[in-house]
Amino acid sequence: MANYEPWSEDRAREVIADHVNTEGAALPLLHALQAAFGCVPLAAEPLVASALNISRAEVHGIVSFYHEFRRTVPGRHVLRVCRAEACQAVGADAVGAHVRSALAVDWHETSADGAVTLEPVFCLGLCATGPSALLDGKPVGRLSPAKVDRMLETLS
Amino acid sequence: MTRIFVPRDVAALAVGADDVAEALVGHADLVRTGSRGLFWLEPMIEVETPEGRIAYGPVEASDIPALLADGLLTGSAQHLRLGIPEHIPFLARQTRLTFARCGIVDPLSLADYRAHGGFEGLEKARALGPVETVATVLASGLRGRGGAGFPTGIKWKTVAEAKGARKFIVCNADEGDSGTFADRMLLEGDPFSLIEGMVIAALAVGASKGYVYTRSEYPHGIATFDKALGIARAAGILNADFDIEQRVGAGAYVCGEETSLLESLEGRRGQVRAKPPLPAHKGLFGCPTVINNLVTLATVPCILRDGAAAYQAIGMGRSRGTMPIQLAGNIRHGGLFEAGFGVTLDELVNDIGGGTLSGEPIRAVQVGGPLGAYFPPALFDTPFDYEAFAAKDGLIGHGGVVVFDGTVDMARQARFAMEFCTVESCGKCTPCRIGSVRGVETVDKILAGQNIDANLELLRDLCHTMKFGSLCALGGFIPYPVLSAMNYFPEDFRPAQRLAVE
Repeated sequence: MANYEPWSEDRAREVIADHVNTEGAALPLLHALQAAFGCVPLAAEPLVASALNISRAEVHGIVSFYHEFRRTVPGRHVLRVCRAEACQAVGADAVGAHVRSALAVDWHETSADGAVTLEPVFCLGLCATGPSALLDGKPVGRLSPAKVDRMLETLS
Repeated sequence: MTRIFVPRDVAALAVGADDVAEALVGHADLVRTGSRGLFWLEPMIEVETPEGRIAYGPVEASDIPALLADGLLTGSAQHLRLGIPEHIPFLARQTRLTFARCGIVDPLSLADYRAHGGFEGLEKARALGPVETVATVLASGLRGRGGAGFPTGIKWKTVAEAKGARKFIVCNADEGDSGTFADRMLLEGDPFSLIEGMVIAALAVGASKGYVYTRSEYPHGIATFDKALGIARAAGILNADFDIEQRVGAGAYVCGEETSLLESLEGRRGQVRAKPPLPAHKGLFGCPTVINNLVTLATVPCILRDGAAAYQAIGMGRSRGTMPIQLAGNIRHGGLFEAGFGVTLDELVNDIGGGTLSGEPIRAVQVGGPLGAYFPPALFDTPFDYEAFAAKDGLIGHGGVVVFDGTVDMARQARFAMEFCTVESCGKCTPCRIGSVRGVETVDKILAGQNIDANLELLRDLCHTMKFGSLCALGGFIPYPVLSAMNYFPEDFRPAQRLAVE
């Protein structure tokens, strides 16, 4: 589980300044913002635009194009469950449905207690030991509804 | 102390390799390796004995005390003993060139890398010079392993002859296809092979900078490769003349398409570019660019080391050399199987893969990722070869083979393909952006039993438009899974009639 800094414009400017001089800086810069704050809030867009000398609309276009960039801070844990074909072949649909009902959320949502954000992912490269997921970056294989329950019990 | 090799490949970690390693601390010298790619046996550990390495698997941390008591350290414990890994049939039947070191060496040890033939290809390239290096790659018959199958040597020759203020080597490590993990295994298990391949490419075409674009879904691979880059820099393998930087994607499947990847590297939305100009002429930042798949680049060192003829001698037809085939989904023996082209789908899924994990008969196999066709058992005699798959309206893609049993609903899979395309379309061309949305709607109507015949015809027509009207392979190839599902599994598209029969 990650500890994110609260949003601060000054801090954001520092993060941006660290990456602005790389060629094709947008992605490294946005990743750094998300690593610091847990998301890329709308308030960051004008700062990025001015640092890269592009329009705010262009920055918005970039941020919204990539599935990975979030608009709000995630829950205390992030669970990324694979929905792609190889995992489907061994029951990923049932696992996905079970996780959603256990957390009472849909994909991309955070449980009411703020503990878990559920994100779909299309392939983790764990295609021979599926259904697969990453929990806070840690891989989990051979998921089943029962294993999901055991895993969720450990989270707070 | 006895050395024990425990994989750190993320697929081994997913089934408890770190716990196994922890249970062994204090009992043996641990070496963390990549994976051999026998995933149903992971965590598979190997004990170094005077007779060679002895493998055990699948080992759980709770097995370790008993194994130690029974003589694990001498390889004499019998429980879970697999014997000499190279004698396990799944490995014994392979031709490991690109993956020769993966699962054997410590991925971050340059000494290990050198001891297993590393950098011999680079030395050869230096001795040959740029022109002969390109000629060697061309003569080997190596084709792009990302899926397009374009001859690598021709790409390199074009860039070598192009004029530009700067030239780039870009590695496409945006391995988004479900059922594939070859790039990931090399990033985690043998990163220096990619670095060596890129240094050779740079020598051959005169490039000064390399980029590796790795997908963000591979955090472990990213971390290992960054460490490998640091080690290579410290050793002077990467230097002021040629350095490599790793960039991380952000969850867009389409960025695996080469022009979209270049847009993303330049800091924009990953929208596909129209070709021409080819990246070889005007690629990254408008400069001549070699953009190759990770497996392609990591295969170059062994081609240089062993010579073009040795590589060219393997394979069938115009598909030369070996292909790391990835067996995935509902399969008993899932993993990485590197073999010369020509092995049939039947050998792969039944003989080598052992059929389904569930024990039920195989109903369908999707080859080549989400854009690949679903093949029924009647087509299992198709040999793994670019042209043989194309002739049957399929593709080998990046070598992923995903097995399904009878529980699969092929109309649902067709819907998923279209839905995937709605989510991942870059939006630049209409057939892909709009066609996929209409595709989902049309499959939904079919599933609801509305005007089935008319809607099936409409879906076919839509697939035709997408196939021939889309700008890149995303919209252009999505018809493969959809049409193959319709052609080979028509009963799934008539749910009402199926119910009536049952």
